[in-house]
Amino acid sequence: MSNDTATEPEQTPVPAGPAKESGSGLPNWAVQGLVSLSAIVLALVVGAILIIIGDDDVTAAAGYFGAAPMDTISAALTAVGEAYKALFLGAVGGVDQIAESLTQATPLICGGLAVSLAFRAGLFNIGAQGQLIIGAIFASYVGFTWDLPPGLHLLVAVIAGLIGGALWGGVVGVLKARTGAHEVIVTIMLNYVAIYLLVWLLTTTTFKRPGRDDPISPIVKPNAQFPQFGDTRLHAGFLLALLAAVFVWWLLNRSTVGFELRAVGANADASRTAGMSVGRAYVIAMVIAGALAGLAGSQQVLGTDLPLTDGVAATIGFDAITVALLGRGTPLGTVLAGLLFGALNAGGLQMQLQTQTPLTLTTVLQAVIVLFVAAPALVRSIFPFLPKERGAGAVLAKGWNG
Amino acid sequence: MKKYVRGLAIVGAVTLAVAACGSKPAEDTAGGGDANKDFKACMVSDSGGFDDKSFNQTSYAGLQSAVKEKGLTEVKAESKSDNDYPTNMTAMVQAKCNVIVAVGFKLEDATDKAAQANPNIKFAIVDSAPAKPIANLKPLAFNTAQSSFQAGYLAAAMSKTGKVGTYGGIKIPTVTIFMDGFAEGVRYYNKQKSKNVQVLGWDDAKQAGLFTGDFEDKAKGQNTAQNLITQGADVIFPVAGPSGLGGLQAAKASNGKVNAIWVDTDGCVSAAEYCSVLISSVEKGMDVAVHDAVVSVVDNKFDNSQFIGTMQNGGTGLAPFHEFDSKVPADVKSELEQIKADIISGKITIESKVQPKAS
Repeated sequence: MSNDTATEPEQTPVPAGPAKESGSGLPNWAVQGLVSLSAIVLALVVGAILIIIGDDDVTAAAGYFGAAPMDTISAALTAVGEAYKALFLGAVGGVDQIAESLTQATPLICGGLAVSLAFRAGLFNIGAQGQLIIGAIFASYVGFTWDLPPGLHLLVAVIAGLIGGALWGGVVGVLKARTGAHEVIVTIMLNYVAIYLLVWLLTTTTFKRPGRDDPISPIVKPNAQFPQFGDTRLHAGFLLALLAAVFVWWLLNRSTVGFELRAVGANADASRTAGMSVGRAYVIAMVIAGALAGLAGSQQVLGTDLPLTDGVAATIGFDAITVALLGRGTPLGTVLAGLLFGALNAGGLQMQLQTQTPLTLTTVLQAVIVLFVAAPALVRSIFPFLPKERGAGAVLAKGWNG
Repeated sequence: MKKYVRGLAIVGAVTLAVAACGSKPAEDTAGGGDANKDFKACMVSDSGGFDDKSFNQTSYAGLQSAVKEKGLTEVKAESKSDNDYPTNMTAMVQAKCNVIVAVGFKLEDATDKAAQANPNIKFAIVDSAPAKPIANLKPLAFNTAQSSFQAGYLAAAMSKTGKVGTYGGIKIPTVTIFMDGFAEGVRYYNKQKSKNVQVLGWDDAKQAGLFTGDFEDKAKGQNTAQNLITQGADVIFPVAGPSGLGGLQAAKASNGKVNAIWVDTDGCVSAAEYCSVLISSVEKGMDVAVHDAVVSVVDNKFDNSQFIGTMQNGGTGLAPFHEFDSKVPADVKSELEQIKADIISGKITIESKVQPKAS
């Protein structure tokens, strides 16, 4: 039950005292960074193999491998090189591409923070998807039905989104605190409730776009939209995501409430003995986590001209879990992981256009990265020079029964 | 050392064997139609992806056939989420496509915007239509209520229990149009033959019925179909894409007691393993419509009038009976032909409100 490895490995900007050093002399965050980087390299290798297997030119050349083996090898190298070049350039190859990457990263960062924060309080929040959907419903409703002056409208719509997500997350916290209902079960079930609520709402006249029979809402009014940067799709919601990350960092590392959350996450029994209210911590953690996910939902409907559809959440709520895992449950790590996943998503679209490599490759890359991050011992057996990491996986292993 | 020698020998032998199996093909430039290599025919999928065994896939087949026929260059972009539509549409414009086909109503906003901003590029959109016609955007719609009407009649005629069942994926007009037509077809059969065949799973007056909630979950489709079968239905009409395959699975498991009618494509072709339980299929000719739209741009005959696939123009219809050819009575076959003629002539009017209207 209790986890004795909760050594608070990453208090990011706190001056690294000697106590935070691991055996190799590197600070723990650097070791974790190295492991994450190695995981990314390994994932790219796995991806390369898949590209080679799936490439038509390589298959054709392999048909006469014996006659001209170099053909197969050069075809394989070309396929991998071109695909990864397109992926890279598509992600960071210019202002537009970078803007697109940041746009894709925006909801992932907020969603990731929602999962990270709950992780730190010892809760495994699988419900970011549902919280995001409810947030999007609230925000878009305010966005396209109300009429408010510029600025105020956006503010009210964003707040509505926060409230929506906070409600959906809060239900989980209260159930956990009062009845002991396991948050994993409850959040998964509430995801279903949220998606079907959305599907139903889209059939009602309140949400349906006038003149259309399809389940698609109007686009929110211009006053309620985040201002965009130039001609790109990047919008001010990205800045809000960064602000949210700073807030979560402050909350966890500088506030009394955050201290309680972390203490409960590290050892709920000990916290209770120390006089903290574990239930209160759970409710607070889930309300804030829900609000963060709700913010991600608002960014979807208020940011990029998107109407509310049954696919508004896509898989962001679930990708957010992988983002949080990769980010090791820290705000900074989550932002970086969100940026990486956003870049992979944006680059993946360009990659499929230029080399017709299937989009699902990026999904595989993301999954494999997280797989390796979650299994540091595996990475270390492949790269033996990596220093040992203390408290590895403390965040990842917690949650289910913590 | 000996080990290595043996290893080398094996490798050598294998290399020789492989070498014997293939020779490098000569540079092949004789590919028939490169006539319009500079013409780019592009397609953006919705979040279902091109391998959805349903409307993205069928539309893509239409694009491929046009590309092959006219020797065009094909560019396709798959969307993973609703968030990708504007990006993919912009990317297609930047790729200097000559014609861009968008698949599904969810792409409407992105397509309208791109079409208005790029009057030189031709666009087509499947299963949707802009609120106001746009000069370079051709909507492609399908009145599948017509062929589903026939399917309903056929199902009622083939049912021994007097109950037929249907279920949908998600309650959207492109799904309920099938179920509307099906229910109306059964009612028509009851009227003609003074029978009382019941439709389970869809009430077209109330517009309420049975839905699996998505188009992906095969197990849910199987449960839903099993539910209908338990209530006595012996002909199932699943309108749920891959989720509907679960319905066919349930029918197959009944050992001949329950049969099914497939939608979108000829099930005996797209899901051949279930052909033994498929009485027929309601075809939705998205491939033909996309093909024709692309070809019209190549031939400089593009117009922005809405294409509505009907039984008259072959845009929708009933697929062959395949293995049921001998089991469907001859008089039912001729009655179906009569229904087709009556729908085309307007003698039978279909009431479904979600039928595409000519603009």
